[in-house]
Amino acid sequence: MARTFMKGSEAVAEAAVRAGCRFFAGYPITPQNEVPEYFSRRLPEVGGNFVQGESEVASINMVYGAASAGVRAMTSSSSPGIALKSEGISYCASARIPIVYTNFARGGPGVGSIQPAQMDYFEATKAAGNGGFQMMVLAPSTVQEAVDLTVKAFELADRDRNPVHILADGVIATMMEPVELPEMMSEEEVQKIRESKKNWACVGHKLDYANRAWIQPGQWQTTVMQKCNEEAAALYESWKKNDVMVEEYMVEDAEIILTAYGISGRIAKSSVDILRKKGIKVGLIRPITLNPFPTEAFEKLDYSKVKAILDVEMSIPAQYATDVEAVVRRRCPVEKCLCSGGNVMSREAVLEAVMKLAGQEA
Amino acid sequence: MAELLYSRTKTIQEDKVSGFCPGCMHSSIMKLIGEVIDELGIVDKTAAVLGIGCCGLQMDYMAYDNITAPHGRACAVATGMKRANPDTIYYTYQGDGDLASIGLAETMSAANRGENFTVIFVNNGIYGMTGGQLAPTTLFGMKASTAPKGRIAEEHGYPMHVCETLDQLTAPYYLARTSCNTPANVMKTKQAIKKAFEYQMAGKGFSLVEIVTSCPTNWGLDSLKALDFLEENMLKEYPLGVVRDKGMEEK
Repeated sequence: MARTFMKGSEAVAEAAVRAGCRFFAGYPITPQNEVPEYFSRRLPEVGGNFVQGESEVASINMVYGAASAGVRAMTSSSSPGIALKSEGISYCASARIPIVYTNFARGGPGVGSIQPAQMDYFEATKAAGNGGFQMMVLAPSTVQEAVDLTVKAFELADRDRNPVHILADGVIATMMEPVELPEMMSEEEVQKIRESKKNWACVGHKLDYANRAWIQPGQWQTTVMQKCNEEAAALYESWKKNDVMVEEYMVEDAEIILTAYGISGRIAKSSVDILRKKGIKVGLIRPITLNPFPTEAFEKLDYSKVKAILDVEMSIPAQYATDVEAVVRRRCPVEKCLCSGGNVMSREAVLEAVMKLAGQEA
Repeated sequence: MAELLYSRTKTIQEDKVSGFCPGCMHSSIMKLIGEVIDELGIVDKTAAVLGIGCCGLQMDYMAYDNITAPHGRACAVATGMKRANPDTIYYTYQGDGDLASIGLAETMSAANRGENFTVIFVNNGIYGMTGGQLAPTTLFGMKASTAPKGRIAEEHGYPMHVCETLDQLTAPYYLARTSCNTPANVMKTKQAIKKAFEYQMAGKGFSLVEIVTSCPTNWGLDSLKALDFLEENMLKEYPLGVVRDKGMEEK
C-alpha cells in the first residue's frame, strides 16, 4: 500500500475510521484539535456520527453511550481534558464497555502548557479514574506506530470488552510523517462486528427478563461487585502473560540501558545509534505497552554487565522511572534524564547523560 | 368470555417487589412508561438511560434494556446511543439534582441540538437517595439537610424552572409539565409520555416531560400530607401544562 504524508492526529483519526470506528465525540483542546476536525469531515462520509460535545465530560459519556449501543466509538483529548474524562472512563471500565481514547499529552499540572509532555503516566497506568480499574495503555513513538496501535486498540477493546488507552504526546499529534494506512474495513465487516455485540448492547431486546441488555457500571450487591472486580483483575493479569509489547534495541551486550516510551523512546533510540558509533555499549528498552509493563525485558538483563539504566522521560518529577525502579530492584542504578513543562527531550542531553555514565567526556 | 380490561405491564419484572418509599411516585411513573411502551408495541426496541439517585433504582425492576449513566450525564449518554443506533427508542429518566444541577450542561446542550430522544424528568424538589439536600428546584420555605433554614434567595437563588428555561431554545419539540397527584393528572402524565415517545418515533427531536412529584420521606410528611403540600406549594411554583408542542403548532 502506498505511503501518504500525514499529520499524526489526522492519521490516527483516519486509522480509526478504517478500523471501523463510526462514532466520535470530543471537545476542542490543543494540541489535538485536528482529531475532532478530521472526524467531523470524515465520519459522515462513511455513515458514522461526529458530535462536538459541550465538554470533555459530555463527550466521553456520548462515547460510553455509542459503544453501549454496539458501535466502535472513540474520543480524544489532551491532558487537562483527559482528567475530565476520567468519570466516563471509569464507568466504561466498570460496565465493561469497549472504547478507545487517545491522550496527546501536554505539559501539566493544571492547564500546564500546550507543548508536548509525558506527565500523565501515572494517570494512564495507575488511576485513570476512581475504583482501581485498569486498561491496556499503548504508547506510540512514531506516527506509523500511532496508526498501527489505533487499529490494534479497537481489536483489544472488543476482545476484552474494556477501554483501551493510547497515551501519545503533542509531538505525535502535530508531526507530519509518511505513513502506511491500514486497508479500509468493509461495511460488511463493520456490521458483523456490530451484530456480534447485539446480545449485550442496549439496542432493545425481545421481552425476556433474563435476556435484557443491562449495562451496569455498578452493583447493588457488594458480593456481585466483588465478583466483577475479581473477573476484571483476572483479565488484567492475563495481559501480563499475553499482551506485552516492547522494543528491545541493541541490549544484548549493552552496559548502559536507555529506557523510555513514546517520543522519548524514539529520541533515545537515535541516541543509541550515535553512541554505538562512538563505541559505547548502549541499548534501549522501549515499552510499547505501558500496561502491561514489560517486566521480562528488565528481568532478563545480565546485571553483572549492566552498569546503569538511564530513564529518559519528559516528566519532572519522573513517573515511568518508578516502575522501572520497581522491577530493577536495585540490581543496578536507575539514573534519570528528564525535562518537563512542554520541553521536548533534547538528544544532546541524552548523549551527555550517557557519556557521563560511561565515564567519558561528551 | 370475559373481556380483558386491564393487565399488568410486562415491562416490570413480576417477581420483584418495589423498594421505593411509601407515597413515592417513581413506581407510578415507571408503570405509566411501561404501559405506553406496551401500547406502542415497542418493548423490543426501547432502552432506558437511567440517572443516578432514586431514579436509578428502576434498573432492578424493569424488564427491558437499560443503562446507568454517570450522575447528570444521561442526556450525553442518550445522545451517543441514539446517534449510533437511531432505530431504538431511547429515553432518559432523571431526577432534579441529576438533570437540573450536575447535568444542566448536558440537558441544555442535548435540547439545543434537538437530539431525538425523550427525557422523563422527575421533579420532587429535593435530593432523595442522599437524604434530602437542597436541589435546584427546592421551594422557598422547604427545609433541606444542607439548607436547615430552607431555601433563601440571597444564599441559594431561586427555584429553577426547567421547562420554561428549555422553552428559550429553538430546537425542543415538546415540553410538558404534569403531575401524578390525582387520577386525572396520572392520565395526563401518561398521555404526555405517550406523545413524547410518538414524537421521537416520528423523528421530531427533543422532548421532555417534567413530572412534579412528592418525596414524603425527605419532605418529612406522610404520603397524604405530601400530596397536600405538592398541590398547595409545588404546583404553584411549577404550574402544570404543555409548555411547548410544535406538533400542535404545525397543525
